[in-house]
Amino acid sequence: MRALKFLLRKEFIQIFRNKLILRMIFVVPVVQLIILPLAVNYEIRNINLSVVDLDHSEYSRKLLNKIISTGYFRLTDYSSSYRDALKVVEEDRADLILTIPRGFESDLIRENKTKIMIAANAISGQTAGLAASYSNAIIMDFNKEIRNEWVQTSRVNSQPQIEITSSNWFNPAMNYKFYFVPGILALLVTIVGFLLASLNIVKEKEAGTIEQMNVTPIKKYQFILGKLIPFWILGLVILSIGFIVSYIVYGIVPAGSYLLIYLFAAIYLIALLGFGLFTSTFAETQQQAMFISYFCMMIFILLGGLFAPIENMPDWAQALTYINPVSYFIEVMRMIVLKGSGFIDLLKHFGIIVLFAITFNALAIWNYRKTT
Amino acid sequence: MKQLLSFIKKEFNHILRDKRTMLVLFGMPVVQLIIFGFAITTEVRNARIAILDNSKDEITQKLIMRIESTEYFEIERTIKTDTQIEDAFKSGRIKLALVFQPNFQNELSHNNSAQIQIIADATDPNQATTLTNYVRSVVMDYQSELIKPDNLPLTIETELRMLYNPQLKGAYMSVPGVMGLILLLISAMMTSISVVREKEFGTMEILLVSPMKPWLVIISKAIPYFLLSIINVITILFLSVLLLDMPIHGSLFLLSAITILYILCALSLGLLISTVTSSQLAAMLISLVGLMLPVVMLSGYAFPIANMPDLLQWLSNLSPAKWFIIIIKNVMIKGVGIEGVWKETLVITVMTLIFLLISIKRFKIRLQ
Repeated sequence: MRALKFLLRKEFIQIFRNKLILRMIFVVPVVQLIILPLAVNYEIRNINLSVVDLDHSEYSRKLLNKIISTGYFRLTDYSSSYRDALKVVEEDRADLILTIPRGFESDLIRENKTKIMIAANAISGQTAGLAASYSNAIIMDFNKEIRNEWVQTSRVNSQPQIEITSSNWFNPAMNYKFYFVPGILALLVTIVGFLLASLNIVKEKEAGTIEQMNVTPIKKYQFILGKLIPFWILGLVILSIGFIVSYIVYGIVPAGSYLLIYLFAAIYLIALLGFGLFTSTFAETQQQAMFISYFCMMIFILLGGLFAPIENMPDWAQALTYINPVSYFIEVMRMIVLKGSGFIDLLKHFGIIVLFAITFNALAIWNYRKTT
Repeated sequence: MKQLLSFIKKEFNHILRDKRTMLVLFGMPVVQLIIFGFAITTEVRNARIAILDNSKDEITQKLIMRIESTEYFEIERTIKTDTQIEDAFKSGRIKLALVFQPNFQNELSHNNSAQIQIIADATDPNQATTLTNYVRSVVMDYQSELIKPDNLPLTIETELRMLYNPQLKGAYMSVPGVMGLILLLISAMMTSISVVREKEFGTMEILLVSPMKPWLVIISKAIPYFLLSIINVITILFLSVLLLDMPIHGSLFLLSAITILYILCALSLGLLISTVTSSQLAAMLISLVGLMLPVVMLSGYAFPIANMPDLLQWLSNLSPAKWFIIIIKNVMIKGVGIEGVWKETLVITVMTLIFLLISIKRFKIRLQ
């Protein structure tokens, strides 16, 4: 026990001596937590619109006004032909082309039918899809208005109507930040904790001080514990700072209990750090350790469900997420913070993460050899 | 010249000796492309939903069949009451619940109106909106079949055309993103670490007192990573054309020239990082925490830049990856020539020069 105490003191001295690392550990996560969620927004506004109006009629002007007034679109170009408009899209000055054909108004009134062409820059399929469906909805709406002007409404209303009401639970304002901040916080705790842990033992190897450690009567588990506890505390401190920041900046207060979050985070960190130390016992140099951990981290994060929902992934990728501790942490954070899920709801997650913690640490202790 | 070559050889030996790092170095782009190309998608698939059918009549059964037959949804059948819905949401078993009012068919045929309530788990607003829209469109389709075929007067039809990417493939966004990210990280991180490593070991001193000019020492550090990056670019391009069906519409020469410029930019950023840090750990933390997340989030590849607040839009200009990704998209997908991307190219060139200038200024040939 006394040996462990001294080990811990040594580790803390080493951490606090390095001002730059302290800054990176505390300042960078805070800054990222403040800035990055601002960037996350799938809602599309300000779609740059290029209009080719070949009709110049009252209706075409009305339609344009209607489209612009919704606020989704920004008229950036007015071309005289579709070909010119394509050029504008190529130069990235517009993302959507709306072509109103010659005779738009007269065809509509005389022949009951007319056609508008929408062309979207589909390099980003998601943005293009949304932009197209927005503009489509506006045109449909416009169509309805025109129809009401000309035809009595009674005929349309006598048809059976299924009314659909929809409600959005847990995040009625549909605020993306509520969804992303807990996820990003989970990610930051993970990155910093894992990186520091995976580099730590290697650093002693590289500096040669590991030999000195090996000749002391310190037990293997004591050595691993001495490495684990400081980063475990740091991880929880970062988590706390993160919660303070997200409360001050975004007003996020978990719907569930803090106690449950910290309980899960505590176990999760043990698992994560265990895995970090395990990779660390493998590597010979810091560069190597960093690359291996960067590689693992990248796969963990990409398959962790932060950017795209896990349910959408193909089966093989979903199977990988079952053995990914990060995906459990992100999910649990979101469930507790947004939905207020309780311990019973998270029983499965707790069980699995405990299993991870035991396995990884056992591996780390087993793989750390006092003799080389 | 001979000296320089032997220095470069030394660096290569350092790199090639380390098999694990090599594996990661070349494996990373492959794994990332596969994950981005096949695993990460916002397309909904097999979302679990609950249906509370309070009416159990012909129409609701038909609607349920319709919903089930799409590949978007999988129906969770164990949920039978209102109270179970909330529990199912909280434990994450379902993403959406659909509630039919009692006497659905009766109401619809006699009062011309019946109600369906959709409850979505909006923790992920994006997914919630998409799912709600899918359910809506299934119901709407069904409804329009109920209405007797009757040509509505004065119809405006819309014809939709998807430019450049008619099949809406995700690779068109992810390949340029992965290229921007990997090249920046590998070149910047690896060079900064390998320079700082010598400082940490004290071998930098030995290199500096050698007859080599200090800047040649640094150049010899950068060249191996430059070559490795080029190999990576070739792998990425091959994989994206063969595996992900990415087109290369523009000139391959232009693409290569700009990619080389971008690698140089990343290398000089790496040198800059190495001049401001003195430990490998610090260099890594800066390149990882300081570069990775901002590059992913602010380069316009995960989230559209136009939607960001002004401050972030301005900040995103500082990321070389943003400019590189724009160029790659324009050249590879749109087939634009140099006349269409010279501005972005100029920005990257200027950034490279600035990084180099600061690193030369800050590079100390003496140790304290």
